[in-house]
Formats: sequence, C-alpha cells, structure tokens
Amino acid sequence: MKPFKSAIAVVVLSAIALTGCSSSDSSGTAGAGAAIDCSPSDTPVTLSFTSWIPGIEGVVEVWNKSNPDIQVKVQTGPNGNSGTYQNFFNQLKAGNAPDLGQVEYDALPNFRVQDGLTNIAACQDVADAESTFIPWAWNQVSFGEEGAAYGIPQDTGPMALFYRSDLFKENNIAVPTTWEEFEAAAVEVRKTGSYITNFSQNDVNQFAGLVWQTGDTWFKNDGDKWEVALAGTGSTTVAKYWQDLIDRDLVSSYPGWTSEWDNAYNTGKVWSWNSAVWGANSIASGAPDTAGNWSVAPMPQWKKDDNTSGNWGGSSTVVFTGSEHPYEASKFALWLNTSSESLTMLNESANLYPATTAGLDLPSLKNGVEFFGDQKIYDVFAASASQVSSTFVWGPTMTQTYNSVSDGFKAAVTGKGTLLDSLKSAQDATIKELTTQSIPVAE
Amino acid sequence: MNKQATSPSKPSSRRREPAITYSQARGPREQMLPRMGAMLIMVVFAFYFLIPIWWLFVSATKSKGDLTSTNPLWFSEVNFFENVGNVLTYRDGVFLRWIGNSLAYAGGGALVATVLAGMCGYALAKYSFKGRELIFNVILGGVLVPATALALPLFLMFSQINATNTFWAVFLPSIVSPFGVYLTRIYAGSSVPDELMEAARLDGASEVRTFFSVSVKLMFPALVTVFLFQFVAIWNNFFLPLIMLRDEANFPVTLGLYTWNSQINQIPELRMYVLVGALLSIIPLIVAFLFLQRFWRSGLGAGSVK
Repeated sequence: MKPFKSAIAVVVLSAIALTGCSSSDSSGTAGAGAAIDCSPSDTPVTLSFTSWIPGIEGVVEVWNKSNPDIQVKVQTGPNGNSGTYQNFFNQLKAGNAPDLGQVEYDALPNFRVQDGLTNIAACQDVADAESTFIPWAWNQVSFGEEGAAYGIPQDTGPMALFYRSDLFKENNIAVPTTWEEFEAAAVEVRKTGSYITNFSQNDVNQFAGLVWQTGDTWFKNDGDKWEVALAGTGSTTVAKYWQDLIDRDLVSSYPGWTSEWDNAYNTGKVWSWNSAVWGANSIASGAPDTAGNWSVAPMPQWKKDDNTSGNWGGSSTVVFTGSEHPYEASKFALWLNTSSESLTMLNESANLYPATTAGLDLPSLKNGVEFFGDQKIYDVFAASASQVSSTFVWGPTMTQTYNSVSDGFKAAVTGKGTLLDSLKSAQDATIKELTTQSIPVAE
Repeated sequence: MNKQATSPSKPSSRRREPAITYSQARGPREQMLPRMGAMLIMVVFAFYFLIPIWWLFVSATKSKGDLTSTNPLWFSEVNFFENVGNVLTYRDGVFLRWIGNSLAYAGGGALVATVLAGMCGYALAKYSFKGRELIFNVILGGVLVPATALALPLFLMFSQINATNTFWAVFLPSIVSPFGVYLTRIYAGSSVPDELMEAARLDGASEVRTFFSVSVKLMFPALVTVFLFQFVAIWNNFFLPLIMLRDEANFPVTLGLYTWNSQINQIPELRMYVLVGALLSIIPLIVAFLFLQRFWRSGLGAGSVK
C-alpha cells in the first residue's frame, strides 16, 4: 500500500506541476460558472461515462434501449480516490475527459477549483429538477450558489446508529439517544468486557459526519476565498468527546475495514457503529455470525429531543468541462439519478441510497431487512436524511486533508497527541496546501 | 575453457576446489557455526517471504464467513474449488479475460523487449562506432528513471494520438527495457568471442544471421534473464494500466483485482474474489520461473572456443 501511495503522490505532484504552469489550453471550454450553451444536438450523440458503481452497465443498457439518439458508453475503473479522480484530472489536462463522470461530494470542490466541471444549471431540465432532490444534497452540488449545478446528486449516506439489540437487552443497557447517554452506556458495556463502539482512525469521513451532525462545517467558500475551519466549535466538541472515550478505554480502535475490525463485530467484542445507510451491507457481510441481532436507531443527539443527523459518503454525476453535449449529458444524468427504474436498479446492484425525496419511498426501501431482525431500517435512514444540515462544505484538497487528519488520528489512538491536536495541525497543513496550489485562502 | 563465459549462477567449479579443500581441512566443528548461522538467517527469511503467500493460500480456501472468524494461518472448512469457480464465473468470466490480457502484455511485451534489448546490447558490445559510449550512457540513465514517473507523460503523449485506452497504450511502453540493454551488452561482451563472429563471417554469414544463429545461442542465459525480469515487471506493472485504461476488457489482472478491491465496501463478496484472484494470478509467474530456470542455469558458451 505504501509504495502505491507514494506513487500516487508523485503523479499528483506532477499533475499539479503541469496544471500550475500551463494556462488554459483546452479549447472551447466555458470557464467555471460561465453560461454554457445547453441546446440539443441535431444528430445522434454518443456520450462516455466513467463510473465505478458495480452493475452500472446494466442500468445504462436500459437507458440505451429507450434512447437510440443518446447512447451512453460506460468506462470503469477503481473507486475515485483509488485512482479514478487522478485519471479524470489527467484526462482534463489532455483534453479527453469523458462527458460524464462519477464524483463524490467531498471531491467536487477539487474538480471545481481546477475548472473541471460544467455548470449545467443553464439546462432547463436541470433547473427544474432542483426541487426533486433532498435540499442538503442539492447544496453539495450547487455549493450553495443560486442557479448553479456542478453535478446531479446521485446518492447519500445519512447516518444512524447500528447496534446489537440482543446484547444491549441482555445486559439491561438502554439504547442511548443522546451522546451523554452514549457515554454512560459505554461505561456499562465496558464492564462486560466489550466496547460500545470502535473509533476508526482511518475513517476521517466518519468523523466528518459526526461534525456534520453538529451543524458545523470544515470549509467555507464565499465564491472567491476559502475559509478552513477544521477545528471549529463543532469539531472541538466531537474531538474532545471521543478523545475522552479513547483515554478512558471505553472505545476500541481497530482500523476500519480490516479483518480485525470485522472480527471484532462478528464476535460481539464491539456493540455498535455510527455509520451511514450503506453500512447495513458492510456490517451484514463483515459480521455474518451476528445476523438477526442488529437494529438501527437514530444517531445520538447532543441536546435531548434534538433531531440532527450527519452524512457519510454519497456521490454525484458530473458533466466534465469540454463535453460537447451538456444537454444530452444532463438529460442522462437526471434520468440516472431520479427515475425510479434506475434508482431501484442502483439500489439493488450497489446499495446506493437515492438523493431524491421521492427515491426514499422506493418499494425496495420499504421492506424489513432480515439481518436486522426484519426491522424496516430504511425508515430510520429516511428520517435521518431529512435531518442532515445543509451547511457542511468540503474543501478543494480533501485528499491531503484526509491524510493529515488520519495521520494525527493514528498517533492519537496510540496515546501520542489528541484528536483535537490532529485537527489543528491538519488545519495548518491544509492552508499550506491551498496556498501552494494558489487557491485563495481567507485569513 | 573461457572463464568469462560461465553463467552467473554457476561459477566454474574448478576454481573453487581449493576453497573447498581448505574448509574441509579445518574440520567440521569450526565449519558448523557459520553454516548454521547462514542457514538460520535463510530459514528466517524464507519464512518471512513465504508467510504472506501461505496466508493467501489458506485464505483462498476459506468461505467468506470463516475468513474473518478463524485462524488466519490455518485451514478451516475447505472451500477452494467453489471459490475458484466463483471468481472465474463472476461477471461472465471477466477474470479470465484479465489473465489473458496480462499474458498478452507480459508475454508479448517481454518477448519483443528481449529481442530489442538483445540486439541493442549486442550491437553496443560487439561493434565499435562513433557515439557508442554516449548511447550506452543515455540508456544507462534510462535505468534510473522510475517507470512511475513516465506514466503521466506517456498518457499525455498517447492522448495526442488518441491511443489511450487501447491495448497498445500499455504494450508499446512495455517493450523498452534499458536494464535489458545494459545486461545484454555486458554479457555479449564477455560471452561472444570475436573469433567466433570472425569465423561466421568467413563462412559467409551476414551480420544478422550471425546474431540470430550464433550469438543469440551464446547470449541465451542473459536473454532468459532479461525475459524473466521484463515479464515480471510487466505483469506487476500496475500504474501504467491504471492511468491508460478505462475499458474493463483491456485491463491486466493487477488493475482488475485492484478495481475489485476498491469496491469491497459496496460488494463485500469481492473481498474473497480478490484473495482467490491474487492467488491465481501468481501462478503464471511461478510457471514462467520454473520453466525458464533451467535455461537460466545452464552455462552456455562453455567450450565454444577451443
């Protein structure tokens, strides 16, 4: 893994070097935010679309069958941060980017500052569709600007608490509804020899989701300058809270997505997981021996009787700069992310959770799930999706930010430094990175 | 016997004889300790290198559930053939296609690279012409440039001619092996005697014919080495395909497995497929080594000059 990371770093650096010293040489592209011509083509078009969603080919086939004049060709690759984003940047540089691509919310600002995205709000269909999406999800692609759409929201990851209902019940521990109760429960659970949950040092986005719940944000952009606030009030509250749990050995610290981590859940060593809707699938496959014993509850709240939630993950379909067919491309992107036919297929093949209000009522999301003792878990997530704050904004250098935070977290769980220190030093590192890339920073 | 013509892995036994008698004369007790030390170090390292492969092998035989819940270094219920079947049939056998692609990239690429490097190294060693050292030094400089650093420039160049996302985008850069030129030049210099080339010329053979029918045979161990190195390098080359290819049908097996691995969060079954796939994907490398090893070892050229 290490040599690969440094290999990526080399390419990232050289890409930055290349983009840094060249003025725009991609011809015929509208600058970010400039009005684009969104008129239909007179002749049939073929669009290229890069996505790593498993089973996307099947969905596109359905579209191709009923739209002979707008044919879509799927290209694939590893997930965004594992190489596909870098490929997009290389392709944008070389002028052969696909018409459409999958970009996660946290990577959108990066593409935007590099002028990689077409603002498709000029397309009437897109402007009309705004109200069909969950407002905060739309905010992720519009960056909060009026009349802007740098992509179409595809899926979201509203968060909730997955917990072992059998173990909580056997040990007479109430399922926590506030973070205060969560802490008290953590003490009780620790007495049984297990941990209430795991603090995953490498899932910085999970931590971001917890910060998101407080209504705080990590970045702000006033259309010109970027403000970095990794250690704001919300972050500080969350960081101190978890630091305390780590210090008192009330949470475990297995690195996420490893076999030890799976095993900890599978053997009942860890009882709960603050995760997103797609986590239902992860837990079911990582802890197969515990089938039927899990339930889902709303996220614990900071204030009693509040209804706030966070988001972890989610992606959008964007039209890249240089696409000659923004009209057809946005038409396809809208169909892909709003039609119940497509949303159902995406949900079945890749567990995507729709970003449209209507999508939350898909029949496939109304059934009880066996792994969770037939609980209708998606009702909990639908409620969660409506409680996510619209204020959270991602920064333009998230890869670096994630790495900085995660390096600090890794040290913090072994007792060197604290979570808050990690956020503070990541704050400095991020500002430095933005300055290096000549992205304006608000002081 | 031409002492320079011995193969790297089998030095002339005659010259080592005194050393052997010397150590035998000192008796077994003094000899035991360093030998055991050396053995111990080798055993430790062999263990160290083999453990991951053992883990991979054991894991590949397990069912999805047993993978995380049972001892990682020992078998539980053996599920190997079912796992292999699953990998081979997943998504219409795309895995087999990737293996085929890898064989084409690595086999074809290594073959062409070996021929080119062999000819180049031979020419640099056996013909004197103006600028010979300069060319050699430039090629030697090429050894120092990591392939990773070249991937992005190559991508931009291939973009100019609209050749990204094609078989050639990975194949063409793979047929260049500066290290191969270096090795074959050194080897040709010491293993192909000028007298033999002279004799071939006197018999009326053209230079090309001399190369292919006389020199290649003498250079064979070096060529096999170059072929193996290049085969492994292309087989394991992951970065270039990652940057060049978008179409799953052109992926080599490394990129394919990596793609699967990056989708584990969405399709957890893939974890098992990646493990089994990784195990299957090292089989061609093992076969190539076992098969070519004997060519590598045999010291050709010995006794060619009386």
